[in-house]
Formats: sequence, C-alpha cells, structure tokens
Amino acid sequence: MGKAQITTVTLAEWVVAAEALAAGDATLLSLWGADGAVQMALMDAGHGLRVLTLPTETTFPSVARHHAPAQRLERTMTDLYGLTPAATPDPRPWLDHGRWPMRHPLGAKGPVAPEPPYAFLPVEGESLHQVAVGPVHAGIIEPGHFRFTAQGETVVRLEQRLGYTHKGVDALMLGASLERGAQIAGRVSGDSAVAYQWGFARAVETALDASVPPRATALRAVMAELERLANHLGDIGAICNDAAFAMMLAHCGALREHTLRAVGLAFGHRFCRDCICPGGVARDLTTEGAGALRDLVAEVRAKFPALVALYDGTASLQDRTVATGTLSPALAARFGAGGYVGRASGRDFDTRRDLPYAPYDRLSFTVPTRAEGDVNARVWVRIHEVEQSLALLSQLLDTLPEGPIHAALRAPTEPSAALTLTEGFRGDILIWLAMDASGTITRCHLRDPSWFQWPLLEAVIDGNIIADFPLCNKSFNCSYSGVDL
Amino acid sequence: MRKLLMQGLGRRPLSETAPLATDAGIEELGRTLTQTLRRRLGRSLSIRVVDAGSCNGCELELNALANPFYDLERFGLHFVASPRHADVLMVTGPVTRNMREALERTHTAMPNPKWVIAVGDCARDGGCFKGSYAICGGVDAVIPVDLHIPGCPPTPTALLQGLIALMDRTNVPR
Ligand code: SF4
Repeated sequence: MGKAQITTVTLAEWVVAAEALAAGDATLLSLWGADGAVQMALMDAGHGLRVLTLPTETTFPSVARHHAPAQRLERTMTDLYGLTPAATPDPRPWLDHGRWPMRHPLGAKGPVAPEPPYAFLPVEGESLHQVAVGPVHAGIIEPGHFRFTAQGETVVRLEQRLGYTHKGVDALMLGASLERGAQIAGRVSGDSAVAYQWGFARAVETALDASVPPRATALRAVMAELERLANHLGDIGAICNDAAFAMMLAHCGALREHTLRAVGLAFGHRFCRDCICPGGVARDLTTEGAGALRDLVAEVRAKFPALVALYDGTASLQDRTVATGTLSPALAARFGAGGYVGRASGRDFDTRRDLPYAPYDRLSFTVPTRAEGDVNARVWVRIHEVEQSLALLSQLLDTLPEGPIHAALRAPTEPSAALTLTEGFRGDILIWLAMDASGTITRCHLRDPSWFQWPLLEAVIDGNIIADFPLCNKSFNCSYSGVDL
Repeated sequence: MRKLLMQGLGRRPLSETAPLATDAGIEELGRTLTQTLRRRLGRSLSIRVVDAGSCNGCELELNALANPFYDLERFGLHFVASPRHADVLMVTGPVTRNMREALERTHTAMPNPKWVIAVGDCARDGGCFKGSYAICGGVDAVIPVDLHIPGCPPTPTALLQGLIALMDRTNVPR
C-alpha cells in the first residue's frame, strides 16, 4: 500500500476537495478533528490516498453541505472538539446526549448546558405513525435507537440515533503509549478485534518505517481470515433466522463455533484478543494449532456447500431476501460503502487487493461482487467471501514462512503520523495515528466501515415493510461500538 | 432441506458430542445448573441481557450460548425480550453515561426477586476504558451486582459456570 500524501491546505483548497467529493471524483474516507485543525482523508479514482489538514480553532467550511456522507462525522467533530462546520445542513449533536460531565471533551472543555430534547426530523403526511425502538432491544444486540415513520406497514422514513455506546476512545488514546493504544484499538469493535489490532499495528509500523517478519504478517492474515470466516458464518445463519428459517442458524452457528474453538486452540483466544502487536504477533502458531486450522478448513469445505444449496433452494427464504432492502450502486459508490454492503451493490473495492499490504500482495484471491444490492446479494457476496477465506487460509497454511514472529521497533526520534486502511469483515477500517518524538500518541482516529453503512441502511429500508427491518439490518450488520467509539 | 433434516435424525445431536477437549463438562455444567435451578427456584430461569456500552465482544459469547453446542434452553434457561419476564439481568460493558438511564430503567422494570450479573472485565470497573469521561465505571456504580463473570469476553463455559455460581449462592424465599 502506497503511503498517504499528507498536506496542509487553505480554506479554498478544502472547499475544492469537498466539491470533488460531491462530483464523485474522489471518495471520502474520513473526517476528524485534531488539536487546532480539521483533517480529511480521501481516495482518488486511482486509489491514491490523501490526508488534508486545515488549521482552525473554531469553524471550517462544512463538507457535508456538499457531500452528505460527511454529516455524522462532522457532528462528531463538533461534539468532541467544539469545531463547527459553517453552513452545515445538520447542526444537531450526535454522540453527545447531554450526559457527559463536560462538553467538547477533546477541545476547549465547556460546562454542560441544558440541552433541548433531541429533535428527530419532522415528518408530514397523512395517516403516518411512528414506532420508536431502543436503545434497549429485544435480542442480544448492541444498543441504538431507531425511529420509524410508517404508513400502514410501509416504512416511509427510518431515522437512527446512535452514540449510546460512546466510551471516549479518542480521549483514551491521547497520551497513551503504543502498547496501550494497541489494546484499546483491539476493543473498538469486538467482532473485528483482529482487523483493528492489525490496522493499528500497521499504522505504527508505517509511521516508524518498520518492517515486520514474514511469518508475522502471514499469521496476521490467518487470524484475519478466520475472523472473517467466523463472522460471515454467524451472520449468514442469523440473516436466515431473521427470515424465520432457524435451521440455517443452527447449522451455521455450529460451523461458527467450530471456527472459534479452532482459533482458541491455535492462538489461545477465541477472538485473538491482544494477539497482534506493533512489530509482529504475540502468539506463534504451533504444529498442533496449524493442524486444528487445517481440520477446520476441511470441515467447513465439506459442510458449507450443503448449506449454500439449502439457502439457494428454499423458495420461502428467497422470497424474503430477494428484492428486499435494495441499495442502489450509485448510492453505494457515493458513500464509499465498504465490504459486502458496497460489493453487493457493484462497488468493486477491497483494500486487500486495491491497496495491498503483506501478505495479500503474494496471495491469490478474487473479490466477489453483485449488482442487485438486495439482502440476497449481500448474502451471496458473503457466501463467496467464505469460499475465498477458506482458499486464503489453505494458501497461508501451506506457505507459512519460518522465522521470528516479532521484530523490535526502533524508538521514534521525531513526531510522525500514518494512515492505513485494513480490510475487516465489514469493510475497510481506517486508522490515522499521530505520535510525538517519544512515541506517545497525540491523535488516533479510528473509522469503522459502519460510518458509511449506517446511513445507507436508512436509505434501503424506505418502501419496505417494518417487519423486514431486522432482515435488512442483519444483512448490513453495522457496528454500534465501532462508530460510537 | 429434507436431506439435511433426515441426516439430523440419524445423527447424535451436536450438543452432546465432544469434538474438542474444551467441550467436556458442558453437559455436566448444564445438569448441575438445572438441578440448582429446580432446588432454588422450582422452575427455569429467564435472563434479560443489556449491553451497556460493550465493544460487542461479550455479546458474541452470550449469543454463542444459544448455538447447538451449548444450547442453553435445554437446561431451562431462556433469554427473554422483556425485563418484566426476567429473573436475571446480565449486563455487559463499562456502563456508558449515555446508557445509564436505559440500564436503570430496565433494572427497575424487573420483578422481584431479581439478580444482576456483570459480564466481562468492562462491566466490573470499566476495564480497558477505565478513567474515561464517558463511562460510569462498572455496573455496580449504577445498580447492585450479585455476581461478576470475568473475561474479555468470558467464554460460554465461563458464562455457564457463572450462572451456576449465582444460583448456588442465592436464597430464594419459596
Ligand atoms: S470485557 Fe472485553 S469483550 Fe467484553 S465488552 Fe469489554 S472489551 Fe469487549
């Protein structure tokens, strides 16, 4: 992966970039506040990465005014830093629910002022009714609030309100050591522990120009593909369960449990917690562990095709998933939707292939895409990704290099920064890391793929019936913790 | 579909096989739990889970309790949708300030007698997020906790053991 170009820009250049995003000449990767500046990461058509820094203490030209995907990111900057986007289309708070002991915890901290109740978007029309759901949901899932406006059974608008799981990750990162930073990054979204740990480690290594032993990068990829496998297996079953087809859940759940157990055996933890550290990995793979993983791959290979055939051949299931929750390719491209959400709507992008990092640059795999953009397409993309992960695991285990699993990092001598994109099961995870000359973190911004997927879920539910919401929601499976931070 | 169902008929259920060493004991744990439940409550146990700001890792293992390997329901334990039906509240996460009220209200809605289990390292004292402005710092900062199950996240086996430990030490007026 090429290094991102980091530049300081003027107001005019900032606006030009925002207009380029609106024109579709570039994809917004993220937008965040920093000490005395706002920063924007974007990717141009040839996958070149740029980070723009606009110095400011107070306001900046709103990007969301030109390009809607920036909206929640800007509201977050205001909540955390007190930086206000000029002429923003939506000045409402996002993460700040008026419950913290201060305002703008990362900027000029202010006392809490009594806030008016959160204003949901107004709805007008005949015979509309509203259904409010959450933050506590019926099942075992993360907390968030959904406000449906429906006409009869048909949803005319869904508005999400998130932020309930905000833990203050950005503030905890400030002043943290790299070791502590890795620990926090691994706990941003539990289901993507490997991808986040890897992304963070890569950011440190890029900033310090460090190289990682080949065995370590191979083991990281083994962990990452196992994580993808476990999540896809679990979710394929869960999606079918939300279409009232419990049998798939039972079978996929069993394969998922096998996967987690094999991971536990191979790496000492079912989710590889703290298994990746800057410089390499913390756990080596023993012959016994590799054997367990090979058995796992063989088992999933043997059992998965029958489940795929079951999915494909059950008309009542297809009836629920086909043409439900359709995301248009145009919208997916505009929001830069990562992972299966984007790929099921024709956005052919995968950082493992398009911004390759070791060891993916030496492995062969394909990136499955579909054009329909419905629940069914997302399921199929995930089915094919399971097959690709199995193939990658076989390649990795067959070509596992010998040698050390960790290389000591040189001590930093000057302030440094780096941007990395790492492919988690949901899509590309962006990590911006800046540290001072002593290796203390001065800013770490972690952007989950869900930032750009949540708003799309609002869009796809339009015109569907409320009863299909769980199905659409599960087919997206966005992270709450990953965006609430 | 018929083929898979027929295969299922001729096969031992997954929940009893022991493909890996870690599986040993689940069945036994479950039986102990059922016995304790019968003795203490005279019936099965209903559990409500609230995510009070977890990273979603703890939820993954709570969900795993429903998979065919652990199959919680066979021991008479159910996850219920309403706090009004629940005996036990399992809480995950460091309790963010933004979730505090929702947690309190869920707890209040439960009928007596009720128990609270704090699940995971975060739920004990904030865990990895200790010291943040945005958290209350553990479940017992907000509601009384009867038992804590450590782990990041606790394994399904640890969760089962925790439920047994809770039932073992409770005295229910019958
Ligand atoms: S204890 Fe660990 S797995 Fe559970 S919520 Fe906290 S960080 Fe996540």
